[in-house]
Amino acid sequence: MEITKELVEYVATLSKIKVDDAFSEKMQKELGAVINYMEILNQVDTKDVEPLSHVFSINNVLREDEVMPSHNRAELIKNAPQHGETTFIVPKAVE
Amino acid sequence: MSWEIIMGIEVHVELSTKTKAFCSCTTQFGGDANTHCCPICTGMPGTLPVLNKKVLEYAIKSGLALNCSITQYNKFDRKNYFYPDLPKAYQISQLYLPFAQNGSIDITTKNGDKKTIRIHEIHMEEDAGKLTHIAEKGISYADYNRCGVPLLEIVSEPDFRSSDEVIAYLEKLKSTFEYLEISDCKMQEGSMRADVNLSVRKVGETEFGTRTEMKNIGSFKAIEKAIEYESKRQIEAIENGEEIIQETRRWDEALGKSISMRSKENAQDYRYFPEPDIPPIYISDEMINEIKSTLPEMAETKKEKYINHYGLSEYDANIITSNKTLAKLFEETNSYCNEPKEVANWILGQVLYLAGNKNLEYEEIKISPKVFADFVTVIAKGTVNRKTGRDIFEIVFDADETFDVNKYIADNNLAMVNDDGAAKEIVKQVIEQNPQSVEDFKAGKTRVVGFLIGQCMKALKGKGNPETLSKLVNEELSKL
Repeated sequence: MEITKELVEYVATLSKIKVDDAFSEKMQKELGAVINYMEILNQVDTKDVEPLSHVFSINNVLREDEVMPSHNRAELIKNAPQHGETTFIVPKAVE
Repeated sequence: MSWEIIMGIEVHVELSTKTKAFCSCTTQFGGDANTHCCPICTGMPGTLPVLNKKVLEYAIKSGLALNCSITQYNKFDRKNYFYPDLPKAYQISQLYLPFAQNGSIDITTKNGDKKTIRIHEIHMEEDAGKLTHIAEKGISYADYNRCGVPLLEIVSEPDFRSSDEVIAYLEKLKSTFEYLEISDCKMQEGSMRADVNLSVRKVGETEFGTRTEMKNIGSFKAIEKAIEYESKRQIEAIENGEEIIQETRRWDEALGKSISMRSKENAQDYRYFPEPDIPPIYISDEMINEIKSTLPEMAETKKEKYINHYGLSEYDANIITSNKTLAKLFEETNSYCNEPKEVANWILGQVLYLAGNKNLEYEEIKISPKVFADFVTVIAKGTVNRKTGRDIFEIVFDADETFDVNKYIADNNLAMVNDDGAAKEIVKQVIEQNPQSVEDFKAGKTRVVGFLIGQCMKALKGKGNPETLSKLVNEELSKL
C-alpha cells in the first residue's frame, strides 16, 4: 500500500495535527515502512486461527457499583494547559 | 403522488447506576463543574478503566426485555475522534460485537394502531462531557461530570412511517426502562436522547431514498416538529429535482429548522479498534438465566391481567400500565380495597388531574395506597356522594398514611344524607319556596327540575344523594 501525501494529510487532519511538506514527506516514508511491515504479517496463513481481541487470556474484569470520592478538582484541572477556577479551558470548538 | 416517510431511530439512554461506566465517580445529575471527576474519566495518561458490574447487568436486562439475542462473547472498541467534550480523544463503545441484537418491541400509537418495531442492536458506551462556548473569547469551558456515565444505544430497524409511531416507540422504551429500573429516561435532563434517520420515497417504491440524520432532539414535541420539517424539506427538494445529500443535520429548536452541519463534522472516520484496556466480557448462560429470573412483570403482562382479571377497559389498562408508578399505585391500593374499577377511575380522573394541576411527574405522586383504598371503600359504599368525594380526595392526595378518611368524614359531618325522610322534608320545603319554578314546570319547562335538585343539595350542604333527590323532586312535582 502506498502512503501518499494526501493520505498523510488526511490522517493529520483526523488527528488535528498540522504538517508541512517536509514533515509529510518524512511521514510518507515512515508510515510506509510500518504498513509494509503489516503486509509481511498479512502473509501468514491465519485461516484456522481465532481472532484475538485481547492479548491476555483473562475476561470479565469487573468492579462493584460503589461510589468512591472523586478527585480534588484543583489537582485535576491544573494538568490542563489552560483552566479556569472550575473548568478546563479549550480552544473554541464550534464556529 | 403521495410520499412515504421512512425512519430509523437511535436512542441513547443513561443508565441509573450509582457510578460511572469505568470509574467509581458518582453519576448524580448536576453538581458543581468537574467535581464528579477523577483521572480515569478525565482521560489522564496511565489510568486503567474497569467496567462497572451493574452496567453489564442493566444492559443484559434491557436486551432481554427487548427480546434480543444476547451476545455471549463481548468486547469493547475504541471510537477515535477529537472533540473536547471527550478528554480521552476516544469513546469506549461496542462496534463489532454489540451485546444485544435482533430484538423487537410492540408499540401502540395514540390512535390505537399496533405495530412491532424491530431492534437492530443495543450496545454499551460512555457519555461525553459538556462544553460551554464563550464566543467572544474564542474558548470553550469543559465540564466532565457527565463524562463516562454509562449509556445504552438502542438502534432500531427503519420501521417507522410516522411521528406518532416514533413517539409511541420512545414512550414504550421509557416505560420499559422505568419498569426495569435501569434508567429514568428524562429527556429534559438528557438521560434519554433520540437521533432520527429519515428518508422519503414515493408510495409503492421498494428502494430506500437517501437518508439524513438529525441529532440530539430534546423533547417529544421537538421530535414531532423535526420529523415534519425534515420530511417536508426532502419531499420539496426531490420535487424540485434536487438530490438529497446523506448528511448529519442539527435540529435547531429555536429556529424550527434542521440545519446541515459542516462537511468537516460529517467526515466520519472513527478508526475503530479493539479496546485494549478492557478485557473481553463473557456472558454465561447462568448469568442470563439469573437475570431473566429477576425481570419484573412488564407492562404487557400487567395489561393483560388488568383487562382479564380486573375487568378494566383496554384504554384504561393502557394508560395505567404505561407508567410504573401508576401501575404500582393501582395494584397496591387495590390490594387493600379490592375495588379495581373504582381505583382505576380515581387514578385516571382525580390523581392525574391533581398531578397535572400541581405540575408533578408521576414519580412524584406520594398518595398513600392505604389511605387511597380507605377512600375508595367509602365511595363504593356510598358513604359520601361523588362531589363531596372529589373535595375529600384533594386532602387524601397529599395526606400521609396516618390520615383516617372515616374520622375526617365524621368530624366534618360530610356523610351523604341517605335518610329518605329527611330528604323528603327538604324537597317539600324547596318546592314550597320556589312557586315560580313550579309554574314553569307546569308550563312544560322541565329543566327547572335540575335547578330544584340543586337547591335541595344546597340545603343539605352538598351531602345529599343525587339519585334520591332526583327521584323525590320528580315524585313531588308530579303530585302537583
